[in-house]
Amino acid sequence: MANISSNFLGIKSPNPFWLASAPPTDKKINVLRAYEAGWGGVVWKTLGSQVKNVSSRYSSVDYGGHRVMGFNNIELISDRPLDINLKEITEVVKLFPDRAMIVSLMADNNKKAWHELIKKCEDAGAMGFELNFGCPHGMTERGMGAAVGQDPEIAKMVVEWVMEKATIPVITKLTPNVHSVVPTGKACVEAGTNALSLINTIQSVTGVDLDTLVPNPYVAGKSVFGGYCGPAVKPIALKFLTTIAQDPTTSKVPISGIGGVSTWRDAVEFMLLGSSTVQVCTAAMKHGFRIVQDMCEGLNNWMDEKGFKTIDDFIGKSVNKITHWEDLDINYHHVANINQDKCIHCGLCYIACEDTSHQAINLQNENPYNIYTIKEDDCVGCNLCKLVCPVDNCITMEEKRVAPEYINWKMWQEQGLPLNDH
Amino acid sequence: MITNNRLTETQYEQNFSDIHPMFETKDAALVAANKCLFCYDAPCTKACPTSIDIPKFIKQITTENIKGSAHTIFQSNIFGAGCGKVCPVEKLCEGSCVYNLMEETPVQIAKLQRYSSEKAIEENWKLFESKPSNGKKVAIVGAGPAGLSCAHVLAREGVDVTIYEKESKGGGLMTYGIAAYKVTPAFCEDEVNYILSIGGIDVKYNQTLGKDFSLEELQKNYHAVYLAFGIGTINKLNIPGEDLVGVEDAIHFIYNIRTNDFKNIPVGDRVAVIGMGNTAIDAATQSKRLGAKEVTMVYRRTEAEKTCTQHELDIARLDGCATLWLAAPKEIMGENGKVKALVCDVMKLGEPDVSGRPTPIPTGETITLEVDMIIKATGQKPYTTLVEQIGLENNKGKIILQADKASTNVKGVFAGGDAINGGKEAVDAVQAGKDGAASILSYLEIKN
Repeated sequence: MANISSNFLGIKSPNPFWLASAPPTDKKINVLRAYEAGWGGVVWKTLGSQVKNVSSRYSSVDYGGHRVMGFNNIELISDRPLDINLKEITEVVKLFPDRAMIVSLMADNNKKAWHELIKKCEDAGAMGFELNFGCPHGMTERGMGAAVGQDPEIAKMVVEWVMEKATIPVITKLTPNVHSVVPTGKACVEAGTNALSLINTIQSVTGVDLDTLVPNPYVAGKSVFGGYCGPAVKPIALKFLTTIAQDPTTSKVPISGIGGVSTWRDAVEFMLLGSSTVQVCTAAMKHGFRIVQDMCEGLNNWMDEKGFKTIDDFIGKSVNKITHWEDLDINYHHVANINQDKCIHCGLCYIACEDTSHQAINLQNENPYNIYTIKEDDCVGCNLCKLVCPVDNCITMEEKRVAPEYINWKMWQEQGLPLNDH
Repeated sequence: MITNNRLTETQYEQNFSDIHPMFETKDAALVAANKCLFCYDAPCTKACPTSIDIPKFIKQITTENIKGSAHTIFQSNIFGAGCGKVCPVEKLCEGSCVYNLMEETPVQIAKLQRYSSEKAIEENWKLFESKPSNGKKVAIVGAGPAGLSCAHVLAREGVDVTIYEKESKGGGLMTYGIAAYKVTPAFCEDEVNYILSIGGIDVKYNQTLGKDFSLEELQKNYHAVYLAFGIGTINKLNIPGEDLVGVEDAIHFIYNIRTNDFKNIPVGDRVAVIGMGNTAIDAATQSKRLGAKEVTMVYRRTEAEKTCTQHELDIARLDGCATLWLAAPKEIMGENGKVKALVCDVMKLGEPDVSGRPTPIPTGETITLEVDMIIKATGQKPYTTLVEQIGLENNKGKIILQADKASTNVKGVFAGGDAINGGKEAVDAVQAGKDGAASILSYLEIKN
């Protein structure tokens, strides 16, 4: 059995799966249930000045009959009184001292407010902090959340205030509502943050009700941009994560990955691209805390199969696999192959290729099952047919290098090689 | 003893309730619809005699465009709702669903088809508009699936259509010839009314060709004539005892069930049904459901050669009907003029005949079934005399068509449906009606 325990800047947890700062972590009853289910840690829902929420606050995007492919919320930071939160944090830490207890913070924009909040939370038993510089709705209109994370100078200033006071590890959570997360990430690292986490939610409108013509979520005839998360945002999160894991400055600190993690597979992907721990919210909100069991078992089994003894053995292993386009090997070529024994004759590969790609699939009319075969000479190897095929491993991409040697775009230009393949 | 009123009202109601319940909720329909892969040049569509664009209508359910979905169905098959209940889908659309090749159950195409099309009928959605009248008049004989399908296409194109129907209701065998638990007479009536709601189709009921009117009159008064009068009663067995009381024709038996209260239909204690096609199944299952104690289906070949679908045979077996394979009726024994027993030759299979199926050969042994009622379901007879009288080229009464699959040898006279093929599925008749309409439009030089 592999060891899946995590040690994040000295904050230990039995597994690398934390619940992200969000509704599931805003009170004792939820957090105790999460710990009983097996979660490694929580980031307690953001504490700060007292706020008031509206009633209707979530909406989602369904796809192909599946609910909540993407999820959005317009909830603010914790709306419960600070002293109740602090008291419950103390109680929870006492009951589960082996789990990570990170507290998310978003104080008003002055040093004194931050310092007071830090002191109170440390006294309550917090093991680390996560600075919420990312919340994209509501708080931004008051100059907090994403308004801080979108401006590296302001972010740096706040991190400096925090580092003056905090005696426990500080993670700064980055907003994806920027062209690049690197400038703010760098500023925060330079200001002394001990770690980074990303991504927070993405500003979004999940849809419009076609009867009322009011966008979602509906609040008395109006709506507002919400923060998008869930499986739909995972690819965006992985991209931002990679940029942080690759940058020479930001890669010096550990990263806690967030954004659409629903299964152990998602978690492993985040870890391969540089996350030391991962944070989950939407999947738990959809299915409850019990999902962590398969996350632990799946991770364990995968590590055993791959021969990884601890999570540190594979964290970051895929970071350098993402390169620049101009470094890609132009002589690499592969073509699709359709396994006729597995083909169910749905024609999805054919119509995708014929209408939108390279007309590289041959249709032989039969009744009722047409026969589809690849025209190898016309296939550019784009992968589209393989992606749309509903049968696992029916279409495979077979490597057929143009030439054995590596050649990239820069070399190609230097050598004056022909550009037009057609 | 042959008697009616064997069961309580509740039992009749249970026995004849729809075996094709609708999706109870929109969610259930969406789960089923989302299973569809949206195949290109889809095998299900190719397997449908009317070529309904099945992936399209299912996709339209998932986008909650139910009107569009119903339109897609009716555009290809105006009897789409009824066909969703009576089609042998396991050998057509659902039998071809690509999920079968994944060793997975197919998409519930028929049930989804009913979902959209029945909704359209319930809500009386106007999905088609007729073009303005072009002054052309067409007479159609028979308001069954072929006749009404032809009429609907013609009406859409602005042709004035008059249908002559021998019964008092439209729908043909859909209304009069199918097991009540598959499709109720009330549903058939709604479906026919919905089809006719397009306007421009006048149906004259209780009008029999050759009795109440002649083909000459139609030829004189209309620009074209479409014959869709279907097929007649069951072939005779030509064995001794066939005229005894208690020997019944399946078509007649089923017709009575369709046109009377169930409690008024007499049925024997022990019933033998002769034949193994879908009509035989409908006769056997309904005998059982009317309260017969024992029902035995008698067939001269083996299960492998049956002409009904496996699905149909399963219904009969689940109803408790027995099967007697390799038995050919030889004689019906009687007592006081009533059926007492059925004597059958025990058969064995010989060389394949013209149909490619092995020929049953008597072994010399016989087997006797003690029964008090015998229902014959051994294939229907074409209206040979009528067809001969009106001078149509035919093959043993089955009208022969020209290369367009709709013209007869008489100019301006077209035909389709069971009168041509000797009795196929309702869905085949619907397609025949469309083919007929296409040929008539071309004959009348109407561009559609």
